[in-house]
Amino acid sequence: MSVKLPIYLDYHATTPVDPRVVEEMLPYFTKQFGNAASRNHPFGWEAEEAVEKARKQVGDLIGANAKEIVFTSGATESDNLAIKGAAEMYREKGNHIITCVTEHKAVIDTCKRLEKEGFRVTYLPVRKDGRISLDDLKAAITDKTILITIMTANNEIGVIQPVAEIGAIAKEKGILFHTDAVQAVGKVPFNVNDLKVDMASISAHKMYGPKGVGALYVRRRNPRVLLAPLIDGGGHERGMRSGTLNVPGIVGFGKAAELCRQEMESDTKRLSGLRDRLNARLHKGLDEIYINGSMEHRLPHNLNISFAYVEGESLLMGINDVAVSSGSACTSASLEPSYVLKALGAGDDLAHSSIRFGLGRWTTEEEIDYVADKLTTVVTRLREMSPLYELAKEGVDLSTMQWQTEGH
Amino acid sequence: MAYSTKVIDHYENPRNVGSLPKDDVNVGTGLVGAPECGDVMKLQVKVNPQTGVIDDAKFKTFGCGSAIASSSLATEWLKGKTVEEALAIKNTDIVTELSLPPVKIHCSVLAEDAIKAAIADYKKKQGTSAEKGAGDDTHAQPTA
Repeated sequence: MSVKLPIYLDYHATTPVDPRVVEEMLPYFTKQFGNAASRNHPFGWEAEEAVEKARKQVGDLIGANAKEIVFTSGATESDNLAIKGAAEMYREKGNHIITCVTEHKAVIDTCKRLEKEGFRVTYLPVRKDGRISLDDLKAAITDKTILITIMTANNEIGVIQPVAEIGAIAKEKGILFHTDAVQAVGKVPFNVNDLKVDMASISAHKMYGPKGVGALYVRRRNPRVLLAPLIDGGGHERGMRSGTLNVPGIVGFGKAAELCRQEMESDTKRLSGLRDRLNARLHKGLDEIYINGSMEHRLPHNLNISFAYVEGESLLMGINDVAVSSGSACTSASLEPSYVLKALGAGDDLAHSSIRFGLGRWTTEEEIDYVADKLTTVVTRLREMSPLYELAKEGVDLSTMQWQTEGH
Repeated sequence: MAYSTKVIDHYENPRNVGSLPKDDVNVGTGLVGAPECGDVMKLQVKVNPQTGVIDDAKFKTFGCGSAIASSSLATEWLKGKTVEEALAIKNTDIVTELSLPPVKIHCSVLAEDAIKAAIADYKKKQGTSAEKGAGDDTHAQPTA
């Protein structure tokens, strides 16, 4: 059987919308198009009912009460609302926030903005496996700490942080705990009460729902979290996020959440099997390839590998019928290699040589075999033209060589 | 990013990949760039001692498609040129030939650096070997 090209293995960037989700959304564009805030006619009532159903579906996926779900435009907005909203609301209690160097830019850049406004932020380092040290976290806490924001699973390396342990520490110290759970929710079990999370950011388009809709879970009791809104207006979403609700998007988000809840177990089993198959096949065909981040604490559908002596962008050129992403500087707008991989301490050269594979609901075994075999061929070819590979084979230690770096 | 057809052609069919014996007195080797910057080029020239013309050129590159294409093109251009003609190759010529976008100009700069480094190495070897061989007049090749 031949595979259909191109192959999509970039499910961490976004996912296609499940056809069952689309079907659920369609009536809300044309027939049931009401504004969920219209209180005096059936069009509004229908829309509100649909939104409340979705709120429950999303809440059920993460063990939250429907009332604790605030719909937003996506996880970037959710991260901003959680961090800036808590910072403003609890400013009198303290001005210190703790986060981590491998967070998504939506968290890091929000924290940087707050630093300009007088907040103090601690960026915890990660160990080689990509996880923070709980001792570092405890040591960073002061009597001015009002918020800890640590992601559940990393978007590049798929490494899962010790969220339950962080939640317990935060709880004990009476500090709010927010987690960017975008990559984890719908893929691995995530329960806000088990994990003692006070706020969690979620995005629909990472879990087979539509783009442009997300949510922030905001705990209502023990403690009751209050947030200053970023957007003022009609007082929607308990005053935390004004703006007419994106009803079709929210309906799709709800359906996507329901499907993830029902299919998580079988999806996880299937995808971790395929991911391990990809990993094994690559290791069989190639030497000197390195997995970035913990394999034990990792999303089941993620693999991030550095192919030593080969640069990432040239690797992507060679597999141009496969959609993946690279930590190479050449593939990013900033011309800097991945800050996540750099934080693992692997060295910039391995960051330049990395590829992130994200598997998903429609990934097949044939696709995995095709990608593994093609990569093996391309890496072998590129190594034959790599001066680094040649030097390494001659026994030169590349890390101690003097490189001429000026001007580059 | 969209690549020009010439970059893709050099990437898919790189010219003159390989290595020349680096201890050969007529071979000059340039190794420029750094792994942490994402580009390393090794470029070698073999100069005919009788004519001063570059007979052969080889490269190996760790880098993006544009870096591979720039060095591949450089080896093509080097063959048949005298050492002095080779030094006249400018990175802008490579940019034009390969239609490199602004973010890839550094690849062409690196290729020019590699050419200059290879020729400097060749000249250095000639200088030392000329001293060593002073009096036996077997190394009467042009050095400037």
